[in-house]
Amino acid sequence: MSSPLLEVRDLVVHFYTREGVVKALDGVMLSVGRGEIVSLVGETGSGKTVTALSIMRLLDHNARILRGEILFEGRDLLQLSEEEMRRIRGREISMIFQEPKSALNPILTVGFQLQEALEAHGEEGEKALQRVLSMLKKVGLPDPERLVNRYPHELSGGMAQRVMIAMALLMRPKLLIADEPTSALDVTVQAQILELIQELVRELGTSVLFITHDLGVAAEISDRIAVMYAGTVVEQGSVYDIFEEPLHPYTRGLLAAIPRPGRDLVAIEGEVPSLLNPPSGCRFHPRCPAAMEACKRVKPKLIEVEPGRLVACHLYEVGGNGP
Amino acid sequence: MSVEVARRLSTLSTPLVARLVLSSPTGLTGAVIVAGLLILALIGPALAPYDPYRQDMSERLMPPSWEHPFGTDQLGRDILSRVLYGCRISLSIAFLVVAISATIGLLLGLISGYFGGLVDEALMRVTDLFFAFPRLILAMAVAAALGPSIVNTMLAIATVSWPVYARLVRACVLQVRSETYIEAARAIGAGHARILFKHVLPMVVHVVLVQATLDLGSVILLAAGLSFIGLGAPPPTPEWGLMVSEGRLYIRSQWWVSTFPGLAIMISALGFNMLGDALRDAFDVRLRR
Amino acid sequence: MDLRAYVLRRLALTTLVLFGVLIVTFLLSHVIPADPIGAILGPQAPPELVEKLRHEWGLDKPLHEQFVDYVCRALRGDLGRSIRTNRPVLQDLLEFFPATLELATASLILGVLVGVSLGTISALRRGSWIDHVARVFVTLGVSTPVFWLGLIMLMVFYYRLGWLPGPGRLDPYMTPPPRITGLILLDSLLAGRLDAFYSALRHLAMPATVLGWYAAAGIARITRSSVLEVMRREHVRTARAKGLLERLVVLRHILRNALMPIVTVIGTTYGGLLEGAVLTETIFAWPGLGRYSTGAFLYLDFMAVMGTTLFIAVIYSLVNLAVDLVYAYLDPRVRYG
Repeated sequence: MSSPLLEVRDLVVHFYTREGVVKALDGVMLSVGRGEIVSLVGETGSGKTVTALSIMRLLDHNARILRGEILFEGRDLLQLSEEEMRRIRGREISMIFQEPKSALNPILTVGFQLQEALEAHGEEGEKALQRVLSMLKKVGLPDPERLVNRYPHELSGGMAQRVMIAMALLMRPKLLIADEPTSALDVTVQAQILELIQELVRELGTSVLFITHDLGVAAEISDRIAVMYAGTVVEQGSVYDIFEEPLHPYTRGLLAAIPRPGRDLVAIEGEVPSLLNPPSGCRFHPRCPAAMEACKRVKPKLIEVEPGRLVACHLYEVGGNGP
Repeated sequence: MSVEVARRLSTLSTPLVARLVLSSPTGLTGAVIVAGLLILALIGPALAPYDPYRQDMSERLMPPSWEHPFGTDQLGRDILSRVLYGCRISLSIAFLVVAISATIGLLLGLISGYFGGLVDEALMRVTDLFFAFPRLILAMAVAAALGPSIVNTMLAIATVSWPVYARLVRACVLQVRSETYIEAARAIGAGHARILFKHVLPMVVHVVLVQATLDLGSVILLAAGLSFIGLGAPPPTPEWGLMVSEGRLYIRSQWWVSTFPGLAIMISALGFNMLGDALRDAFDVRLRR
Repeated sequence: MDLRAYVLRRLALTTLVLFGVLIVTFLLSHVIPADPIGAILGPQAPPELVEKLRHEWGLDKPLHEQFVDYVCRALRGDLGRSIRTNRPVLQDLLEFFPATLELATASLILGVLVGVSLGTISALRRGSWIDHVARVFVTLGVSTPVFWLGLIMLMVFYYRLGWLPGPGRLDPYMTPPPRITGLILLDSLLAGRLDAFYSALRHLAMPATVLGWYAAAGIARITRSSVLEVMRREHVRTARAKGLLERLVVLRHILRNALMPIVTVIGTTYGGLLEGAVLTETIFAWPGLGRYSTGAFLYLDFMAVMGTTLFIAVIYSLVNLAVDLVYAYLDPRVRYG
C-alpha cells in the first residue's frame, strides 16, 4: 500500500483563553490516502475544525501546538517555516469553509479574489484570467465573464460555495480540506455541491478531508470515515465498516441516534464535556455504557484491529474484554 | 441582538460590572481619578487655603511656594484655591449637562425608534441638522445668544449634546424592536409604555451609560473651551478654562497661571475617558461572549 | 442603484440639511438679545436714527419676510456687513478661510499618517508594548484641552527652547508672497519664494502638531478597533488559506476593509479641527477663520456671527458629503442599499 498523502500523528493542541486552558486536541491520529475522500465526523466542539486549521497552520494566536507531527507527502508541516507553509497553502493543500459568503471579501470582486489564488503562486495576467473562467465553467456557474465582475453579496449561497470550490481547486492541490461546506446551504443545494465535489476530485485526483457533523452526508461522499469525540479520533474505517460494524461505543451511539420512522428516539446519555476540564482517561467514559475501571484512568490508544480498521477503546485491546 | 445577548445582559449586575471595570488598569486609574474629583468637588472649597476671589496686588504673579503651592495669578489670587473651587464648578456643569442631555436624548430616541413613522423621520432630520455643525461652533452661537454665565454655558452644551444620545438610543431600539420577545409581549396584550420601560429600556441603558461617562469628559473640555474664548463663565469665576485664558498673557515667564488649571482640565477629562473606556470594554466582553 | 444615483441622493440630502442650517442660523441671530443697532450707535442714540437704521436693515419687517430676504441674499453670496471690519462678511470669510484651511489640512495629514499607522500597528501587534504605548497616547490625546496644549508648546518650544518660531504665519520681517490662493505654502512655491516656504512651514509646525495630536488620537483609536474587528473576519482566513503573502493579506483584506469607519471618523475629525482652530488660532496669532469668528461672537457682530456659522456649517457638510462618497466608492454594498 502506497504511503498516505497526509498523516496526522498524535496532535495535541491547547488554546490559552481568559477562562483557562482549553485542551482542544488530545492526540489526534488521522490519515488520508491519495485520491481518497475521508470524512472527519463529530459533534460541534469535537475538534474537527481545529484539526483542519492545524494542518493548514491557520490557528489563532492563542493556540499552541504542543506535540505531534503532520506529515504531508512525508514532510512534517509543523517543522516548516512560515514562508514554506505559505507556498503549500492554496497550491498543495486548499481549504473551503462553511459560510461561503462570509468567507469572501465583500468589497472585492469575485474575479479579483479568484485571480489572487493564482497570483499568490506566481501565475498572473491573461493566462490566469483564462484559467479562472474555465474553472468557473467547470464548477457549473453560468456566464463566467459577467460573474467575475460581481461582488460576493450578489451571489446566492450555492453560487458562492461553487466560487469557493473553484478558488480552492485552481492550483490543482493534492489535498482539499472541506470544513462543513454544505451545512449552511439549503438541502437541494447541498446535494448539488456534494455531487460537484465528488465529480471534480475524481477528475483531478484530489484527496479530500471532508469535515461534517452529518453522518448521512459522510456516508454519501466518503471512502473512509474517521469519528472524532472531544479532541480525539476514536474510530476509523471504511464507510461500510463504520456503518455496518461500528466498534467504538460512541460510534454506536451516534448511529443509534439517527432518527428512524417507527422507532423511539435514542440519545446518548450525558453531555459533551467541557474541554477546560476534560474527563480523565478516556474522555468518553462518563457517557459510555461499557465503561470499565481502566477507562477512567488510562486514555486508550488508537490501535489497528484489522488492516485499515482503527479504534481507540480499551474493549478492543489485546487482553481486553472484546465487544 | 439575540435572546442570548439579552440573557447575558440580564446577568450583568452592578457589582459584576464594577469588578470588571476595576480589574483593568485603565478602569482602576479612571475610577480613582473620578473618585478623587468627586471628593474634591464636595469638600474642595473647605480645603482651600484662601478665598478664591480675594485679590492681593502685592502678591501678584508669585511662583509656586509653600504659601501658594500653585502660585498666584495676575490679581494676586491663590491659584490652588481657585483650582479647587473650579473643580466643583466643572463637575457640576458636566453632571448637569450630561444628565439633561442624556435624559432628553434617551426619551426622544426611545419614542422615535419604537414608534417609527413620521416622528422618527422628524427626529432624524432634526438630529441631522444638529450634526451639520461642529459641536463647539453651535455651542458658541447659543452661548453668544444667551450671554456669558455658567447656566448659559450649561444650556448651550446641553443643546448640542442631546442628539448623540437620541441617535444612539434609536439605533439600539431599532435592533431590539424586531426581537421576537417584543412581539410576544404585544401578543399577550402588554401596552406600549410597559413594553418600552420593561423590555426595551434595559437593553438600551448600558449604551447610554457608556456614552454618558465618556461625555462627562467631553463636556468638561467643551465648557473649558467656551470659557477660554470668553463665551462661558464670566470673570471672576474660578472656572478652569477661564483661568487658562487669563494666564495667557503671562505664559512667557509666569507659566503657572495657565498650567495648573489646564492640568486640572486634562486630568478630569482623562479620568472620565478612562472610566468610560473601561466601562465599554466591560460590557463588550460580557456581551460578545 | 449605481454610484450616480447614490451621489444624487446624498446631494439632495445635503441641500436639505443646508436649508435647515439657514433656518437655524437665522433663528439664532434673532434670538441674540443684544440690540445690534444699539451696539453701534450707543445708548445715547436718538430714537429716529435707531428707527432709520432698523428700517434700513429690514429689522422691522415680519420674521418670515426677513427670512426670505436672508435666504435670497445668502444665495447671492451677500452675507451682510461686519460691524467690526466694515467689509462684506463674505469677503472677510474668504480672506481668512485659507489660513484655517492650510492649518486644518496640515493637521489632518499629520493626524491621518500618525493615527492610521499607530492604530494599525497597535492592532496587528495586539498586547505588545507598542499597543500599550499607543493606547496611552490615544487616551491622553482625546483628554488634552487643545488650547492649553498650544500654550504649553508655545511656552516650551518657543519661549524657553527657541526651537520653533513664535506666533504668526511668517517671520514678522518677511514680505509675504503674492496672494493667489491664500495658502502661503502653495503661494510661496508658485512664486518661487523658497525662503517664504521654509518660514511658513516652520510656523505651521507647532499649531499643526497641536491640532494633529488631537486628530491622530481619535483616528488611531478608530483604526485600532476597526482593524481588530476586521482581523477576526472569515475572509481574512480565506485569504491566508490561499497562500497569499501576509503583506497582501494585511493590505488588501484587512486594511482596505477596515478603512470605512476610519474614513467616517476623518469627516468628524475635520469638524474637530475646525473647533480646534477656533480655540488655538488666537494663541498662535493665526489670521484664520477661528480668530475671526471668536471676535465676531465675543462682540456680537451680528452679521459676522450668522455668516461664519453658516460658512462653517457649509464647509463641514461638504466634507461629510465627500466622506459619504468615498465610503460608497470603497464599499459596493452601500450603493445597493
